[in-house]
Amino acid sequence: MRDLRMTPNKMELATSKEAYAYTPGLKVKRAMTITKARRLPIRGEVCVKVGDRVSFDTVVARTELSGSPEIVNAALLLGIENQELPENLTKRVGDKVAKDEVIAKSNAVFGLFKKQVTSPVDGTMESVSDATGQIIIRGLPIPVEIDAYIPGKVVEILSEEGAVVETNAAFIQGIFGIGGETHGKIKMVVSSPDEEVTADKITSESKDAVVIGGSLATLDALKKCVEIGVSCIVTGGVGHEELTTFMGEEIGVAITGQEEVGLTLIITEGFGKMSMSRRAFDLLKSFEGYMACANGATQIRAGVLRPEIVIPHGQALKKTSDRELAAGLTPGTPVRIIRLPYLGAIGRVVDLPVELQQVESKSYVRVLTVELDDGKVVSVPRANVEIIEE
Amino acid sequence: MTTLVKPEEEMRFILATDVGSTTTKARFFHLKNGEWRFLVAGEAPTTVETPYEDVTLGVRNAVREVEEMTGHRILSDDGNSIVVPYDGKVGVDLYCTTSSAGGGLQMMVAGLIKTMTAESAYRAALGAGSIVMDVVARDDGRRPHQKIQRIRSLRPDMILLAGGTDGGEVAHVMEIAELINAAEPKPRLGTGYQLPLVYAGNKALRPRIEKLMKERFALSIVDNIRPVLEMENTEPARNAIHELFMEHVMSHAPGYTKLMKWTSVPIMPTPAGEGLAMRLIASSLKMNVLGVGLGGATTNVYSIVNDRFVRSVSANLGMSYSVANVMKSAGLHNIVRWLPFKINEEDVASRLMNKMIRPTTIPHTLDDLVVEHSVAREALRLGLEHHKTIATRLKGIRVQRSFSDAFEQKLDDTYIKMMDIDIIAGTGGLLSHAPSRIQTMLILIDAFQPEGITRMFQDSVFMMPHLGVLSTVYEKAAWSIFDKDCLVRLGTVIAPSGTGDSDEPVMAVELQMPDGEAIKDELKFGEIKCVLLAERKEAKIVITPQKKFDAGNGPGHKVEDTVMGGVVGIVLDARGRPLHLPENVTIRKAMLLKWFNALDVYPKEELRRIT
Repeated sequence: MRDLRMTPNKMELATSKEAYAYTPGLKVKRAMTITKARRLPIRGEVCVKVGDRVSFDTVVARTELSGSPEIVNAALLLGIENQELPENLTKRVGDKVAKDEVIAKSNAVFGLFKKQVTSPVDGTMESVSDATGQIIIRGLPIPVEIDAYIPGKVVEILSEEGAVVETNAAFIQGIFGIGGETHGKIKMVVSSPDEEVTADKITSESKDAVVIGGSLATLDALKKCVEIGVSCIVTGGVGHEELTTFMGEEIGVAITGQEEVGLTLIITEGFGKMSMSRRAFDLLKSFEGYMACANGATQIRAGVLRPEIVIPHGQALKKTSDRELAAGLTPGTPVRIIRLPYLGAIGRVVDLPVELQQVESKSYVRVLTVELDDGKVVSVPRANVEIIEE
Repeated sequence: MTTLVKPEEEMRFILATDVGSTTTKARFFHLKNGEWRFLVAGEAPTTVETPYEDVTLGVRNAVREVEEMTGHRILSDDGNSIVVPYDGKVGVDLYCTTSSAGGGLQMMVAGLIKTMTAESAYRAALGAGSIVMDVVARDDGRRPHQKIQRIRSLRPDMILLAGGTDGGEVAHVMEIAELINAAEPKPRLGTGYQLPLVYAGNKALRPRIEKLMKERFALSIVDNIRPVLEMENTEPARNAIHELFMEHVMSHAPGYTKLMKWTSVPIMPTPAGEGLAMRLIASSLKMNVLGVGLGGATTNVYSIVNDRFVRSVSANLGMSYSVANVMKSAGLHNIVRWLPFKINEEDVASRLMNKMIRPTTIPHTLDDLVVEHSVAREALRLGLEHHKTIATRLKGIRVQRSFSDAFEQKLDDTYIKMMDIDIIAGTGGLLSHAPSRIQTMLILIDAFQPEGITRMFQDSVFMMPHLGVLSTVYEKAAWSIFDKDCLVRLGTVIAPSGTGDSDEPVMAVELQMPDGEAIKDELKFGEIKCVLLAERKEAKIVITPQKKFDAGNGPGHKVEDTVMGGVVGIVLDARGRPLHLPENVTIRKAMLLKWFNALDVYPKEELRRIT
């Protein structure tokens, strides 16, 4: 057995096929079957049935959340002891009450001084406590609905929860986004993937659209998008400082989707100025004018959630294969490098040496050699590439 | 209490796993020449999420790796269980596991007064290995409806409710209980079961709490966390949390019902296992320990000072998923201040944001590595700052102040004094995978700024949680493995507290090496040096500090002691405490370069090239 404590390098050897998780590439697919499970946060009523055709705004399920409780310090307001509260009630637990309706009153000094307490909301008397002198009024139920998000066909009912909607669509995943679900027509505002989106490129024609940019959106462009009423903007990258200013706060953890910034933003490559991958750009361009559904929600933890653009087209295009992913990394696999010094470079795997190799940082890691598009052959840690699905 | 299935002397193999949020790590131990030793590690992706939704698949894959590497079969023929005990050919004599998959144990805590019962409840929940989502107290600054809204929006795994001393406050504690009850919090892992709630408050209120809450919650009532103001009793609450974690939380996570059948030892939250391992160091060596687990998403800090154990978790300080949050919390300038080369701040920000969105990537270039090490220093610094807000004296009690205290501006809340810490122990991916051990040691020194004489330890191959849970049933084996295979002795750091001017004398050091050689040195302010002394070797040391500096016996007083060697050796640190980095960029970079080169932290040639 090896001595584990000599050097970190030897230690790595001892962990054998230690998780060198390669990143499965972001999906950029011309045609695939997309299914979306649309669920309520709590149980409720499903409004559709299997086989129904739905639009993106069709309500598939609805329910009611129990209303917010309101606490009334009744004993204090009446000037009585907590344990005297039950005998001063004018409503009983379970009774419906209206806003400003008297729920308790007291008489003091032979009825000369009267005090009363009213309900702050419409609702139900939920509880009365002689320990704290509090009355809790449960407000009216809050309706909750969930829509289909993507147009398509209902293929499964999730009992009391929602439904599964299916559609044939082009599908492009981003690496990071902000803002929630939205939709609009695809509109190209640049002519090449390395072109920046500046404010002058956002015109009134972009209203309600899913705008496709190139390498970067400037702060002014983002503000103009909000001003015009753009639904979503998709670019290769965004500056950290610009994004912070635009959002009004710095992103700390990549769990997004709830931001209310007037726009959904999706970046496909990363932070900084980064040209959108040619495949994603060309695919989006080929669907210009199509209605797209987009969601900026990102969650980079276990159960990774990436932002997405779904472009339903209903065309029976030949499905692309998942062969590369299933096979993992093999010589010939197309990959993208996702860390400096070759961040963004694209190439094909040449070799996958088994032995650990020392890289510039002096770490011993598993590497692969890649022939880049410009013909240069480089060696990079396996953890720093993602597979491009063709 | 779990008992071993075989007498200790007949046991040969032990398997422990940690089901992490992304990776399931199996560690295989065996008895060799009468000693328990680590044999091999196997790892596989955790399978808690769709499409698998069964953690045992990940465990099985990790164990299969162990089987492939050792040729020793552990799984049953159908692969659906672990064979216990070892029958002479197949199986292990003990299997235990920790888990943090699916977000670990997430709790909400409530108490009456924020700095008293709520704070005690907070410490108990953290000590049990949970992530505390919120602390609700009567005086937390929020109005009742705001608290209700907050509780409704949380979906905790469990609630801990404290409040009032025994026989003390009644109405206000019930107010908090009624508020929680009215908010109807829902459990995180589904809607089909009751949310567990531990009540550890005024015992006089138990019947009322039971009447109020037993309908909506899986209620568990334990001894008061603050029976009297002068005493904090977190153990019963902590034990109840562990029991409920098994019974109510884990049993609703995918595959855990099966996993619970595989092991007779209760499944423990990963940080609870890590905490037990840190306690094992303190109890075995009878020393004060400050430990840290620097992970990708969270930073856990543990202290065992004069037998008092406290854990803090900074849920959003980490080196991958949370790396951008370190930048946000520390400020970009505080990260950049540790870099010895010129770099555009926006470039650093982009690198860190890109690490956040592609958390599994690793530094390829030296400058990228140094940037990550700078982030680590800040994550650890902030983690310790946070820990100090939790490791505090009990508030609400009268403090005896001596005559000399009267001259102090204020009484420090924390009892963590770096001069009292004997051992610093670090674990986590970045610390374990640093290309050289001196990098790990200097990161820990710069971040925690130990004072006096401090031993430095590091986890070899991530196995502290495994050994922590193992120590609950077989402490002797756990310590044997811990001592021989888990704890890497980095060495000892000698660092007097106090500050001075550049080149001002700080201390004279005399070392009597094990081979008889005597080493004498004098260090000036701003200097840092390393003397080689191998692992498991000791040397006598005499430190004579100048009158402005304190090496442990007071300013200017000589210290004589024995110091422990390690894979790095003895680091003599005369950079002063608190450690000050000059504002002037040129001077600061030159100083960092001098330190890095003095200790050979990074390859000199490459470092010169990038600076």
